[in-house]
Amino acid sequence: MTLLTATKVRHCFGGLCALADFNLELHQGELMGIIGPNGAGKTTVFNLITGVYRATEGSIRYRGAELVGLTPHQITARRIARTFQNIRLFRDLSVLDNVRIAHYSQTRYSPLEALLHLGRYRREEQRIIDDSRGLLAIFKLEHLAGETARNLPYGSQRRLEIARALAIGPELLLLDEPAAGMNPAEIDQLMELICGIRRQFELTILLIEHQMKLVMGICERIKVLDFGETLAEGSPEVIQNDPWVMEAYLGGGAVG
Amino acid sequence: MRVALKKHWQRALDARWLVPCLLVGGLVLTFAIAHFGLLNNYVQLVLIYVGINIILATSLNLVNGYMGEFSLAHAGFMAVGAYSSALLSMKVLPVAAHPALFHLAVLAGGLVTALLGLLVALPSFKVRGDYLAIVTLAFLMIVKSALENIDAIGGPRGISGIPRLTTLPWVFCWTVALLWLIRNFVYSCYGRGVLAIREDEIASDLMSVDTRRVKVLAFMLSAFCAGIAGALFAHLLQFISPRVFDVVKTTEILIMVYLGGIASIGGSILGAALYTLLLELLRPSTVAGLLSWLPAVVFDPLNDYFIRHLGVLRMIIMPLALVLVMLFWPRGILGLREFRGFIPRRDRRAHGAARLKGTDTHDAADSHSTRET
Ligand SMILES: Nc1ncnc2c1ncn2[C@@H]1O[C@H](COP(=O)(O)OP(=O)(O)OP(=O)(O)O)[C@@H](O)[C@H]1O
Ligand SMILES: [Mg+2]
Repeated sequence: MTLLTATKVRHCFGGLCALADFNLELHQGELMGIIGPNGAGKTTVFNLITGVYRATEGSIRYRGAELVGLTPHQITARRIARTFQNIRLFRDLSVLDNVRIAHYSQTRYSPLEALLHLGRYRREEQRIIDDSRGLLAIFKLEHLAGETARNLPYGSQRRLEIARALAIGPELLLLDEPAAGMNPAEIDQLMELICGIRRQFELTILLIEHQMKLVMGICERIKVLDFGETLAEGSPEVIQNDPWVMEAYLGGGAVG
Repeated sequence: MRVALKKHWQRALDARWLVPCLLVGGLVLTFAIAHFGLLNNYVQLVLIYVGINIILATSLNLVNGYMGEFSLAHAGFMAVGAYSSALLSMKVLPVAAHPALFHLAVLAGGLVTALLGLLVALPSFKVRGDYLAIVTLAFLMIVKSALENIDAIGGPRGISGIPRLTTLPWVFCWTVALLWLIRNFVYSCYGRGVLAIREDEIASDLMSVDTRRVKVLAFMLSAFCAGIAGALFAHLLQFISPRVFDVVKTTEILIMVYLGGIASIGGSILGAALYTLLLELLRPSTVAGLLSWLPAVVFDPLNDYFIRHLGVLRMIIMPLALVLVMLFWPRGILGLREFRGFIPRRDRRAHGAARLKGTDTHDAADSHSTRET
């Protein structure tokens, strides 16, 4: 089943078109990678899907419903979660609160119940705490629940970002360069982690990455972007053997 | 030894009975003070001001501290609460016959202000930062000039003859009730949303927080509390005029918030208490009394050029104090930290023991760039 379709999406910043005629079809349960040189428009794709930018032209449909024109929180509440290329945690808040905040759209109590700490409030808060601690445990962060997010080491911050995204209860997870700044051992762990949560939470994953080891290792399908245009699309083997791609992107020893 | 002592303290502060005991104790004490005249009227008056200022500071902290916006509207909200409750208790409710109706007037003042807060919030939160400050300042000006120009409510002369019904025990009760509401709000998904907005608004939106709704709710709660503070204020002073609720009043509340500490209820209590007491100490008569032991050669010129003008000098000292605090101490005394008794037990437990450590490490060296290997 098709989960997400983007048709003829175009996005320009003033005169500069970061994306031109972008098409994408993502099936449920798939793990797809997007690669391409710096400035190719990869992050722009995520920003368009999640509503940070509004597409200049074209349509993005999720489960048949149009996403263009919705606000980010409306889109996220439809169970599309993301991480950021440059970590964007709530740095002064605790690790636990970072994860709890992402439960917002699934919290079922009214402002009045919140003000009086009555009714569904107690039950819901306990559920959110249990759920959040469970997620932290998966990412081996549970013992740091009370720590301020800014004090975590870099690798843990990256993991916390994924944990926070999972708190949304996503069906579609968008990961923007999750391995950035990691060493080979950390990348191996990350690959295992991504495959693990994919199975456990039955996720569909769209992933941007420069680290070829990760992309070629776990993606089932890869899309290559360059200057906002799709250069190629196919299985890792096809992409690795595509002379065009090798020249435009992998050429010059850029293989990470 | 010190560690053992610290543990002991912590256990005492953690105890289930601490906050209820403080509440009951405070109620009994304030009641006894008022009933038996344990403290003279002046001291009681100062304590009442402390209570009202605690409400004002904590509620402004919700917007300027927790949310990280910069609103200047607070004196305007106070004015609306003061005027609406005063009109109610003088013209509508038979307060003289049934003094308990006073609380209805106060509550109504708060609700009217909350509604107005909604009206202000809807257009205001389309803008951020400096623009929000300008919009809320404009609102403050509008309220003031509206009050000055409506003759039915006294115009620039204001309203006098308001029954004096604000007493120390009642201020204590209102303060506790409102702090409880604010604390409950802060420790809910809405309060966490407000904190997330201060950290990173776009990221909050992308983590499913309905930022607009959360902001409007917080602003309304803040206005509600300011309205109630205004109502209590009106029934204490017995006389209100538009001049009382000018930008200087807002500045005072801002100082309390930023001095005590942003995003902290305990901080606002501390800030309000410190500021109110300091202000009383800085009265010309108090200072003259305190310095009267100086030889006349020193005292007389000091008195002529400085002490006697303290009332006017305050207008310079206060804004200056605000600028200094914001520049050199942007988080204030208890910034981003909370008195443990205010944190719901569920939250404390969920954070585990590490929370204590975590709250103390705000100023620790930035570790976000140190890599894990
Ligand atoms: N907010 C913006 N305003 C103007 N130009 C932008 C903006 N965001 C991105 N761009 C431009 O759009 C193009 C695509 O940017 P994008 O961030 O999508 O690249 P990317 O493929 O994610 O690159 P990288 O690998 O460096 O992350 C770039 O040329 C960039 O400079
Ligand atoms: Mg990018």
